[in-house]
Amino acid sequence: MSTSLRNNGAALLSLTAAALLVAGLSLAIFWAPEDADQGISQKIFYVHVPVALTSYAAFFWAAWKALRLLWKGDERHDLESYTAVHMGVIFGVLTLVTGSIWAKVSWGQWWVWSERQLTLFLILFLFYSAYFMLRYSTDPGPRRSRTSAVYALFGVALIPVSFMAIRLAEGLIHPVVFKRDGPDMEGSMFLTFCVCLAAMLALAGALYLTELSGKRADASLRELRERLA
Amino acid sequence: MSTGEKYLWAAYLVVFAAVLLYVVLISLKVGRLERELASLAELARDRETRGG
Repeated sequence: MSTSLRNNGAALLSLTAAALLVAGLSLAIFWAPEDADQGISQKIFYVHVPVALTSYAAFFWAAWKALRLLWKGDERHDLESYTAVHMGVIFGVLTLVTGSIWAKVSWGQWWVWSERQLTLFLILFLFYSAYFMLRYSTDPGPRRSRTSAVYALFGVALIPVSFMAIRLAEGLIHPVVFKRDGPDMEGSMFLTFCVCLAAMLALAGALYLTELSGKRADASLRELRERLA
Repeated sequence: MSTGEKYLWAAYLVVFAAVLLYVVLISLKVGRLERELASLAELARDRETRGG
């Protein structure tokens, strides 16, 4: 992808994300009905779940880029995979924080260790946080790119486990909304959720492209400085 | 404002603050890149003057 196309893509995605975020939050606050059990606090769902799914999507993207690096040997995928992990971790922090706020208002506790869904997401988050330690403990070059790619690929195996844990868990208190026969919510709630999910994905895409441009410019400047020195 | 509403706004504000912080960090980074680029351009001009 050329630089101008990437920059235009980031600008277009940013505008789309801004429009969708305004639309999604307006729908969540003014249109979507309140949940019969949880009341208004259930509306945290429209931020928490899209943020969590965006985090998973970023980790999948990182794994895809890592696979392409290992398969094709193209070094540019290394920076793309690294940036995607970066995004996944940022959205992971937001998932943990918004989830804790929801837990406090719903269960009266900020964190419940017995809930496998929460613990597995925390493990996934810590696993990807350790990616940065691994990456910066080795010198830049093909060895670092390959080690990072293998690590990013291993991490993606944790995602289905984390996602399925909610369905396999016993003594469940974390709500299950998406079931085999479809989403367990009203049509207006589902539409609001879809808009919020699209907004978060567009926001992550815009941030990913912007961050990638910054990292590429940084690398080019470093190379230029070395040549001019 | 009810307790549920307070927590709801707290969750929304956390996401908004994170995006805002990210924009601030990106703008700082762009500023640093601009300064580096300017110093490299100056270095290249110096070389050209000395060489030519």
